[in-house]
Amino acid sequence: MTTETTVTAEGFFGEYGGQYVPEALIPILDELAAAYDKAKNDPEFQKEFTYYLTKYSGRPTPIYRCANLTKACGGAQIWLKREDLNHLGAHKVNNTIGQILLAKRMGKKKIIAETGAGQHGVAAAATAALMGMECTVYMGEVDIERQKLNVFRMKMMGAEVVPAMSGQRTLKEAVDEALGAWIEHADDTFYLLGSAVGPHPYPSMVRDFQSIIGREARQQFLDEQGKLPDYCIACVGGGSNAIGMFTDFVGDKEVKLVGVEPSGRGLEPGDHAATLCLGTPGIMHGFNSYMLKDENGEPASVYSISAGLDYPSVGPEHSYLKDIGRATYEHASDMEAVDAFFKLSQTEGIIPALESSHALAYALKLAPTLSADQTILVNLSGRGDKDVAEIEKLIASGQITMP
Amino acid sequence: MKLEENLRRRRENKEILLMTHLVLGYPDFDTNREVIAQMVENGVDSIELQIPFSEPVADGPVILKASQESLDHGTKVSDCINFAKEMVEKWDIPFLFMTYYNIVFKYGEEAFFKKCAEIGITGVIVPDIPPEMGGSFYQFAEQYGISPVLIFAPTSSDERMEITGKCSRGFVYCVPRKGVTGAKSEFGDGLTQYLVRCRKHTSLLLGVGFGIESRANVEALIGKADIAIIGSKTIKLVDEKGAASVGPFIRQLLGEK
Ligand SMILES: Cc1ncc(COP(=O)(O)O)c(C=O)c1O
Repeated sequence: MTTETTVTAEGFFGEYGGQYVPEALIPILDELAAAYDKAKNDPEFQKEFTYYLTKYSGRPTPIYRCANLTKACGGAQIWLKREDLNHLGAHKVNNTIGQILLAKRMGKKKIIAETGAGQHGVAAAATAALMGMECTVYMGEVDIERQKLNVFRMKMMGAEVVPAMSGQRTLKEAVDEALGAWIEHADDTFYLLGSAVGPHPYPSMVRDFQSIIGREARQQFLDEQGKLPDYCIACVGGGSNAIGMFTDFVGDKEVKLVGVEPSGRGLEPGDHAATLCLGTPGIMHGFNSYMLKDENGEPASVYSISAGLDYPSVGPEHSYLKDIGRATYEHASDMEAVDAFFKLSQTEGIIPALESSHALAYALKLAPTLSADQTILVNLSGRGDKDVAEIEKLIASGQITMP
Repeated sequence: MKLEENLRRRRENKEILLMTHLVLGYPDFDTNREVIAQMVENGVDSIELQIPFSEPVADGPVILKASQESLDHGTKVSDCINFAKEMVEKWDIPFLFMTYYNIVFKYGEEAFFKKCAEIGITGVIVPDIPPEMGGSFYQFAEQYGISPVLIFAPTSSDERMEITGKCSRGFVYCVPRKGVTGAKSEFGDGLTQYLVRCRKHTSLLLGVGFGIESRANVEALIGKADIAIIGSKTIKLVDEKGAASVGPFIRQLLGEK
């Protein structure tokens, strides 16, 4: 009887997550999960992780009260968790440090990674250089063209960038090719996955590495305000900065958690990447989660002005948090994000990443509906230097105007 | 199980069986029809019909590209089911579906297996639903008499081979190398030892796929495995030389002139 086989609930958040992978990947993932379990409980590993977060990336990142922006908006106080002040300008490095230290422990010599906009690729390349490991980054051919500067950055730090030539030639295909390469070379190669997605143990491992964000922020907020924020808001692409922000607040039932997805040009299929808002459960890249599908059940094509948010699935833990009602998921459009991008730049002198601008955009809508003694903590997942050229192009072509 | 009985009966008077594969709707269903005719008329024992999915994580570039092109010109799951029904009615060999779990999930597990039974598909190969993930999947397969074929990999531990071997029906698909479909395989001592290990963990027939291209490859499997499975090679062949070249290729694999 088939029912004899033991069903382990490993890697599931409710019905989401799991390990929907071909047999060839199972032993590799088992090895990884076992190694991570051991490392997680080893004070030496945690010490090393903390050392690099502190000395290499400059943690802790501060929380910052946006007095000017709050005044301009009216209503609740807007606070930022300044993940943009990390080394390399985004939260991504928290995860790459954690994973590469694990890779080193496992005796791996090479790193492979996928990247969409190039932010994770850059973080992977940097940490691989730091640890003296060979690094290969898979990137869709279309993205390589769109993100030339990041491609050059990766190369400068010694990484090889391999174009993914199949399908839409973007992030989805880069993941396919990275997984294929990993199956073949797992003996000496570690797959450094960039968000809280993929088969078990990645979603929980990436969450653990990113949860430093919320852990710091919660304590900092308590220290400075003597209370917790009313809202925590983060943008959601794969969901790593959001789950990193939410995790330590999940137990604080009075704190509302809001993830913000990109509604791009609109809510028609192909115009957005608002997976949790508009998707239905499906299986892709080895895990079950909300997913945007076409009428055939295939992963839909997605769009957002910010390349770091356009993925047709999402980290499985978010699907779970949505279903149990612990977090809610909203969306912000390209134009709302651009508007928030300029607002923060002009009121506070902080240029946010377009990804983070989505979280900010929702905060700007929310704040005026709340009272002045309420507080909103927005995770500013990255800085916007990488987006400046794109914004300039949009202004030059007349698609947007500088306010 | 219908698939196992059928294959075992065929195996009685052949030293090795030949199973082939194609991606439905690639390059189009008319070509699929012609290729299948060539395969069956020249002595293929069973055929895998792959329902295209855009993220075929177990497959290499050839099948990935074929799947994507098929989807691009609008192949639907319902087209694949209608086509399979037509093939099952026309040819007297067992047909299997090969696809990925999202397709089954979207269709509905029970509805999918019910449909397979209704149209006479005998087995399914869904590489991304390991036993641990597939409680209801394997139950519905059993209920509707469809054989789920599971996979052994060289990196599978003995313990895992026990689990997957128990769960598999029809035969066990033994992948002889690390990596995705399409790349060349070694057919030396390593393979022999690996197949001995596979044999230890299941009494089902052993099929070997991934990288079989020549009569020499097939011969290397005789006495060690029961089914030689040919995938990417025929797709490349049809791309390059057309459907009519499949017949001679099959005869050559069977050691005929
Ligand atoms: C600054 C920034 N924020 C957010 C994201 C989205 O990823 P995630 O949802 O995993 O945090 C990215 C991805 O590239 C990013 O660069």
